[in-house]
Amino acid sequence: MVNIKVLGSGCANCKRLEAATRKVVESLGIAAEIEKVTDYAEIMKYPILATPGLVINGKLVSAGRLPSEAQIAQWLQG
Amino acid sequence: MDQSLAQPSHKPQWQMGALLVVITAAWLAAYNLIQPLADWISYSALNLARGSHLGDAIAFFLYDVPKILLLLSGMIFLISILRTFFSPERTRALLGGKRQGIGNVLASLLGIVTPFCSCSAVPLFIGFVESGIPLGVTFSFLIAAPTINEVAIVMLFGLFGWKVAGLYIVSGLIIAIIAGMVIGRLNLERFVEDFVWKMQASGGVEGEKLAWSDRIQRAWESVKEIVGKVWLYVVVGIAVGAGIHGFVPESALAGIMGKQAWWSVPAAVLLGVPLYSNAAGVIPIVSALMEKGASLGTVLAFMMSVVGLSLPETIILRRVLKPQLIAVFVGTVALAIIITGYMFNFVL
Repeated sequence: MVNIKVLGSGCANCKRLEAATRKVVESLGIAAEIEKVTDYAEIMKYPILATPGLVINGKLVSAGRLPSEAQIAQWLQG
Repeated sequence: MDQSLAQPSHKPQWQMGALLVVITAAWLAAYNLIQPLADWISYSALNLARGSHLGDAIAFFLYDVPKILLLLSGMIFLISILRTFFSPERTRALLGGKRQGIGNVLASLLGIVTPFCSCSAVPLFIGFVESGIPLGVTFSFLIAAPTINEVAIVMLFGLFGWKVAGLYIVSGLIIAIIAGMVIGRLNLERFVEDFVWKMQASGGVEGEKLAWSDRIQRAWESVKEIVGKVWLYVVVGIAVGAGIHGFVPESALAGIMGKQAWWSVPAAVLLGVPLYSNAAGVIPIVSALMEKGASLGTVLAFMMSVVGLSLPETIILRRVLKPQLIAVFVGTVALAIIITGYMFNFVL
């Protein structure tokens, strides 16, 4: 079970990142739990300066931008 | 799984390069074609008289809309390419260990080129302050980043020329530097919410290695995003501007928005606050107003207030700042904008 967190409170790209991640997870057929983190105290536990952030199994892989779906797929498979 | 997902590989470099050349050529051709085309449609195809109210308004609209949209796409692309060389992480590293003064200047300059969204103001604020960057320097960045807005720069350049666009950038920088230094001198650290000081400063994601094809890809994405977001405001703004251009008599506004009216600058600042992020729609209207006698200082003050003093950003910052510091922040920036407005009205 892969644990995925999308960090960000309400910015447009945060919603897009969540949607893109769900799409990739579905198309790869991975068993994953996707969590949306909107609380700043919780978000700031990760070394992040700009939202949206993407955390896979506790590791921050992307911050401050919307990564491509291909890139997300790579992270999930790696 | 679709093909694009399976292969994260990019188009070959030469293909990307060739595409860029073709697009640039098409852009230049289009840019040179819009003036004759707008004139032809309004005065020949629609058979409106040159110098008539309606004819002028329509020719103005048909020329300005494609011109501004072309300028926006082209310049946002270039600005976005430049921004791929910067990131908030890199800016923080560059600002680390800088003192007041030099730090404020550097932070304001970096505010122009660092990609920034006001929705990220909180993590950025915490990340900066935590890593030891002085409060005033952090504020210089937080003021410059939204105030010197890329859409506003392009629109001012397109509708007023490079001098006004330059004045806007320089006065935005000065406001950010001075307001940041004032906030720094006041020693307001106690008005930052306590939880901010308890957070652990931490590293950041490793810098990514970007190929030119990645940079171009990303710049293209942000052109689509930004132009997609503002084009409607541009069209509506220019339509209203064209109406004013064609129908409002010359110098009708000198009395209310001219230099003589001392209260016009603060009134413009107040009016700008609720218009947050609509720089795209506001500038064409303002440009038409200026033709009719509004003064440049008043116009610039209005612009800065539209982009720099935004209600949503203030509400977001309330999470990390106590009300006293929010008040100082808004007050200092508003005062700096008003002084800039008067200065331009006085000097020009």
